[in-house]
Amino acid sequence: MAILVNGASSVLIQGITGKQGSFHFRQMRAFGTNIVAGVAPGKGGSRFEDIPLYETVQEACEHHTIDATVLFIPAAFCKDAALEAIEAGIKVIVIITEHIPVQDELIIVNRAKLKEAVIIGPNTFGMASWKCKLGILPNVAFSPGPVGVVARSGTLTYEIVGSLTNVGIGQTSVIGLGGDRVPGSSFVDMLKRFEVDPDTKCVVLVGEIGGNAEEEAAEFIKTMSKPVVAYLAGKSAPPGKRMGHAGAIIERGKGTYEGKVKALTAAGAQVATFPYEVVEKVQTLLGHA
Amino acid sequence: MKCFEYMGKEIFARFGIPVPQGRMVLKPEDAATVAAEIGKPVVIKSQVLSGKRGKAGGIKFADTPEAAAQAAAEVLSMTVQGLPVQRILVEEKLKIDAELYVAITIDGAAKAPVVIASAKGGMDIEEQDEADIVKTHLDVFLGLPAFLAKDLARKIGLRGNLAKEFSDILSKMYCILNHKDAELVEINPLVISGDHLIAADAKLTIDDSALYRQKDIPFVDEDMTEVEKMAKAAGVGSFVELGGDIAIMANGAGITMGTLDMVQLFGGQPANFMDAGGGTGVEGTAKALRILLAQNPKVILINIFGGITRCDDVANALAQVKQNIGIPVPVVVRMVGTNEEAGVRILKEVGIDAYRDMKTAAQMAVALAKRGEGA
Repeated sequence: MAILVNGASSVLIQGITGKQGSFHFRQMRAFGTNIVAGVAPGKGGSRFEDIPLYETVQEACEHHTIDATVLFIPAAFCKDAALEAIEAGIKVIVIITEHIPVQDELIIVNRAKLKEAVIIGPNTFGMASWKCKLGILPNVAFSPGPVGVVARSGTLTYEIVGSLTNVGIGQTSVIGLGGDRVPGSSFVDMLKRFEVDPDTKCVVLVGEIGGNAEEEAAEFIKTMSKPVVAYLAGKSAPPGKRMGHAGAIIERGKGTYEGKVKALTAAGAQVATFPYEVVEKVQTLLGHA
Repeated sequence: MKCFEYMGKEIFARFGIPVPQGRMVLKPEDAATVAAEIGKPVVIKSQVLSGKRGKAGGIKFADTPEAAAQAAAEVLSMTVQGLPVQRILVEEKLKIDAELYVAITIDGAAKAPVVIASAKGGMDIEEQDEADIVKTHLDVFLGLPAFLAKDLARKIGLRGNLAKEFSDILSKMYCILNHKDAELVEINPLVISGDHLIAADAKLTIDDSALYRQKDIPFVDEDMTEVEKMAKAAGVGSFVELGGDIAIMANGAGITMGTLDMVQLFGGQPANFMDAGGGTGVEGTAKALRILLAQNPKVILINIFGGITRCDDVANALAQVKQNIGIPVPVVVRMVGTNEEAGVRILKEVGIDAYRDMKTAAQMAVALAKRGEGA
């Protein structure tokens, strides 16, 4: 029914007692997520509602088998919190926090790669699978079904997933890669998982202008057996923050709306011009029309 | 945050990268003083956050302090790429034998810093042949070890003292990237002058997310419009002025772009890009609304899909602004997601209807803007 996690996964929340952490703890639990522990320095040994709290991730891992952790940690402390989770051996780490300094992100994602942990984010809505939501996407948007969704931007994904749900098309997993310069996971990482997931029949890719993640995805889509529908935001938007010469040299004309559409179309993906067209295309592919 | 060249050079000098002798000044007479101190022909460089200054006439040469004052007066009265010149850098004119290019930046796709170097620096580096550019990704845990810096010098064809100085400069650039939270450290051109290298330019971009721990670097906001500065000061996630008449606020960069795309499809002109950010509360949303109003739009379009952002917070802010300062133009709201019912109820109380569907809301905003034109 899903990639990375499912209803049987045991979940830790780092920063569970904070404003965002406590609000989304309740939302996640209402979704069905099996939350087994929380980390809240200074409050170890007590409980938050009925959830046991620990001083450190290591301590939580000594008392529970943890499959995944979600971080609701302020940007300045996120590097340490993420490294703590990686070193404790947790394999799925969801970092919701935005505005993490890019140097900190580099350390986090490279350390995770070394320890074979999957990072979702930073600056992401997280992910949802069958009975397991790790993050902040609204519960009402998601429903179980055959479509895998992987996205760079959050609210646009709610838009598309919500529309799919409204017409009765559910999802295996919905993954938010995050909007930062150095995301922990790429489109290709997730497309590989959807390709081998027996329940995923078709994949929706939500991209945007800038960077070359969509161009890389296009290369992998060429090899996929499952159909892919893509939507790219930013057709009319001003180009994002450009980095001058060096950025231009790395990208060499990649990153434009037209270039991405061309790469994806050539790879066999169907590209929707507007969010609501994604639903029409998926309906046709699944024979729901 | 982009730094002015003179700021970049100050930081370079602090880290031991050779830069020309010189100083930033604000007035022509100070340019003469600096030129006299240097006692050699000087170059007067406009300090604006834009490339292609040379081509735009923003760089002039002078042989005497009097000529420096005159050149400075000319440059200070110019605009370069639409930006008025308020500061100039007066520095010694270098003897240039050749120009190199070198930069370190972050390659997000590769999740690594990357060094880019070329023996052919100067203008038009972007258009240069791929074969003439050396690119090497760095392991973030190893940094830039000396052996790698030496090998990069070799790869762009440097020998002897020049190779030694090049690898030394490269190591110091990496230190700046690391210690100053830079996203880009670039020298173009890195000048060969006799048997020495000297940084004739300095381009430094500091990671906005890390400014909190780089407090010794002065804040630069020169490439922003007045309204953009207001947005920055108010802590709005991301804001760019676009010049149309439909002011737009959405939560999330992707959905904001999607909203702009849709408004344009239906024939409307967005006044701005505003990603109010995730989790913005009542206070932040109210500030964001005031910024939209400052653009004097014909219509305001708000597109909220609540996740971490709560619809009731947005609705409360909207109600607050309407009651406190009044909203003189039509407001079209699309609102779904977290705490949607409460949000819709609050809006109804102040006489604003909310749509559930983004397409209808965009169409309505465009229709209202067109009606505004006819009136």
